[in-house]
Amino acid sequence: MILVVDMNWKRDSLAFNEFVLPIVSVVQPLEECKVKHFLDLDPAGLNGYSKIVLSGTALKDHATLKQVDKFNWVKMCDKHILGICAGMQTISLVFDEPLMNCLQIGMTEITTLKDNPLFQGDFEAYALHNYSVGPCQNFEAIAKSSKCIQAIKHKQKDIYGVLFHPEARNQEILKRFTEL
Amino acid sequence: MRLGVLFSGGKDSTLALHLAKEKEGVACLITVVSKNKESYMFHTPNIDVTALQAEALGLPLVSVVTEGRKEEELADLERAIAEAKSKFQIDGIVTGAVESVYQASRVQRICNRLDVWCFNPLWKHDQKALLETLVDRQFKVIISGVFAYPLDEKWLGKQIGPQVIARLVELQSKFGISPSGEGGEIETTVLDAPMFKQKIEILDYAVEAKGNCGVFIIKQARLVTK
Repeated sequence: MILVVDMNWKRDSLAFNEFVLPIVSVVQPLEECKVKHFLDLDPAGLNGYSKIVLSGTALKDHATLKQVDKFNWVKMCDKHILGICAGMQTISLVFDEPLMNCLQIGMTEITTLKDNPLFQGDFEAYALHNYSVGPCQNFEAIAKSSKCIQAIKHKQKDIYGVLFHPEARNQEILKRFTEL
Repeated sequence: MRLGVLFSGGKDSTLALHLAKEKEGVACLITVVSKNKESYMFHTPNIDVTALQAEALGLPLVSVVTEGRKEEELADLERAIAEAKSKFQIDGIVTGAVESVYQASRVQRICNRLDVWCFNPLWKHDQKALLETLVDRQFKVIISGVFAYPLDEKWLGKQIGPQVIARLVELQSKFGISPSGEGGEIETTVLDAPMFKQKIEILDYAVEAKGNCGVFIIKQARLVTK
């Protein structure tokens, strides 16, 4: 069972259809999944899931970045985790990696920097973000665009972050994560 | 949140309006009338009917005209959203984008410049399911434009119902046509929907068609009691 975390600013928001449902529609045919809003997560209840995906949000939605304490469970979690856009930014803040301004909207050329099980080579992806991460202590950059780091992996844990939106284009990345 | 809906009068923007209204407040409709029949961004047949649809919905309409040149029409869209923000104090806009990154990213950039939210509640949704949702929710939607082989004038004016959906899905598997017309293969006009306080009755129309391109033009219409 895969947990998809709704990272939008409130429960049952208008952005749910745009940022959460497209993830579910890719993951669900491969493995049963459940959706929970980030405010409703019980860290003690995470054991029942094999993997966790943190969704993206609308460009103006910075709610999770202001409530990083709600994600302290990420540090203790031994599951495979994938943070998408706001999900990656939030994971970075959990590990005290500072964010840097980087606005990108639209199709963007991505270059893979390190071998990883999710993607390889150069490819185009849909970007919609205000922030990226700078050089990290706990993560290595596994992909970049001409402007910023586009994907990261924790140096010890199975925690990944992608700034671009694989649920919009590059759905195979989500499928590969589901099948890890 | 107070929202403005980018409204073409077609099925996607009207369904997006309904989804938006279920979660937030809708303050106005925003329409860009393109003089270019092959507009890159904006649906064109029967765009004039939006005034009647806005009246049926009981919502104010912010309408701007564009010549429809590729990047200029984006400046005109920005002008329209800025006007809606200043007149109706909207916090964000809603679009009916389903698949087009071209449309979605351009609207996102405008919203970012104007500091308003951008919502796309139909984004990436299954196109057949979207058509079925319209039927389930009792939308009355007609096909008002066809622009791809093997569609022709016989489709014009047809109401979207189970048989039309089945035929469009069949054409998808044979010819790669997007069943909801996301690739610009079909355009639609909504005559009635749950939020309409009155419905639209067509009094006079004209069909202009040549080969696999054609439009159903509503020449005269009125609002009638539902």
